[in-house]
Amino acid sequence: METLIIILVGVLTAVAIYLVLSRNLIRVILGTAIFSHAVHLLILTMGGLKNGTVPLLGEDATIFVDALPQALILTAIVISFAVTAFVLVLAYRAYQELGTDDLEEMRGADDE
Amino acid sequence: MMNNILVFPMLLPILAGIILIFFRTHRRIQIVVSLGTMIAVAVISIYILNTIQTDGILRLDFGGWAPPFGILFVADSFSMILVVTTSIVTFICLLYAVIAAGKQMNTLYFHPAVLFLNAGVIGSFMTGDMFNLFVCFEVMLLSSYVLLTLGGSKRQLREAIKYVTINIVSSWFFLVALAYLYGSVGTLNMAHIAMRVAENGQGPLLTTVSIVFLIVFSLKAGLLLYFWLPGSYSTPPAVTSALFGALLTKVGIYALFRVFSLIFPHHPELTLSLIGVMAAITLIGGSFGAVASNDIRKIAAYNVVIAVGFILVGLAISTPLAIEGSIYYLIHDMVVKALLFLVIGAIISLTGTTKIEEMSGLMKNYPLLGWSFFIAMLSLAGVPPFSGFIGKVLVSEGAIQNGNLVLLALALLSSLFVLYSLLRIFRNCFWGETIISKDEQLPLHKGILVPCLILVLLTAGIGLGGEGLAVYVTDAANTLLNPEIYIDAVFSQQQ
Repeated sequence: METLIIILVGVLTAVAIYLVLSRNLIRVILGTAIFSHAVHLLILTMGGLKNGTVPLLGEDATIFVDALPQALILTAIVISFAVTAFVLVLAYRAYQELGTDDLEEMRGADDE
Repeated sequence: MMNNILVFPMLLPILAGIILIFFRTHRRIQIVVSLGTMIAVAVISIYILNTIQTDGILRLDFGGWAPPFGILFVADSFSMILVVTTSIVTFICLLYAVIAAGKQMNTLYFHPAVLFLNAGVIGSFMTGDMFNLFVCFEVMLLSSYVLLTLGGSKRQLREAIKYVTINIVSSWFFLVALAYLYGSVGTLNMAHIAMRVAENGQGPLLTTVSIVFLIVFSLKAGLLLYFWLPGSYSTPPAVTSALFGALLTKVGIYALFRVFSLIFPHHPELTLSLIGVMAAITLIGGSFGAVASNDIRKIAAYNVVIAVGFILVGLAISTPLAIEGSIYYLIHDMVVKALLFLVIGAIISLTGTTKIEEMSGLMKNYPLLGWSFFIAMLSLAGVPPFSGFIGKVLVSEGAIQNGNLVLLALALLSSLFVLYSLLRIFRNCFWGETIISKDEQLPLHKGILVPCLILVLLTAGIGLGGEGLAVYVTDAANTLLNPEIYIDAVFSQQQ
């Protein structure tokens, strides 16, 4: 199971890199969103997948699942949500001001 | 030792920032609250710094969860020195914003953004938990995105897109490194990680993880991977550039020092020599950039790059003297970079241009501004009695002791390039024939000079009164070089 998920992480990362390297600004933003999904899955896998019961005191078991990666992912999701929201607004404003969403055309001269 | 006061340097800016969001249009409230908060933070952090000297390293376990289970704040001399400097420099930059910037900027969420930026920076300095470091980085970065785009000119938006994208990718690398670190050592508490790495040995996997951390923090600090820096640091208004130049790269540098002295010190022949090579290339690249540019904002931004290279030469050498020198230079650089960017902002607002060849003879009209720039230049080049001198001497001594002559030569040569690049501005912009006649000259707002002069006094004060700082700096370097002091303090049972 872990191996499968790691391969999925690899595929997601490849897709994200392809999107981030494109010239279209919206594609770049989508790429960064997929980047964060990939790394969240990676953190989840690092904690070990379903190798024990729920980490609650009442449970009568010897092995518990590590709860920390999920807390980390939750925090990371909130952060990537905020960043993505900001970048979308930034992209919209940039499109309004510069009249393009093509990153090549945004290069521009130094003095403006 | 546990102490609740540790939370205030980060908590106060956050609370004040939240309150200020609701009073956006009240210029007076914005100014009073933000300036007051920074003074309070400075006073509290100076108190904490002094307590550390008598009581040893302080820590605060949030929610009473004993380490390694909870998140905690750890205050040692190194982090508190940086917190004190941060709060003082921010106070002075805010003062400049109040005096120089128009009503529009002061009521456009500028103050809350600066306060949140400070919360992130101070949190990064004080946290003792790797994941919390990531969160504080993000708080700082989100505020910096806001500050960078505030005003919304075409140039700012364009540079912001690059800056934001670069930082999202580097945050991604940070998370990847954290995932692998957690997978291999099973903890996120810095002291606990350090303990486990020391017990189990730093194998190839952990060394690889350390290299990923090196890439992440190098991107934030502008070590070798500085290509985003000159563009984004030279677009926003002067105050924002000053805050960025003084604070942002320093957080990356702090993280590099912390991670490679506390957690991954076991293979210096690989990690530290890699840092040494990166610092050397940074010094060379920054020097070329500073000399080649004709835009005074770009020249100042490349000077930030050179300073990053210089400070990390100290880490690469890692002898007590060199580390002390790096800490002195960090303090100095925060003060003087703020001064440099503020003076350059004043020049640009006076002349309306950023090109060296379009200005001349400002000295006749604005002598005080000219001499402020002159002192910033001397201090950056490391001329005594100003603050850059102590750091340069100590790092050089460390390099000689260690026999690392290549780094020594590059570090000293870079000082010459710093001097030359700033001398070009000084000669072209301040000397020469005065283009603007006495009647036509724009009046310089007298108040603008106040923050600049405070910074001039600070750099001279640090230079002359370096002995007074020696206690703190020696203690900071001692803790960095002996990680067991830090680990013992985190796991000591007395509350």
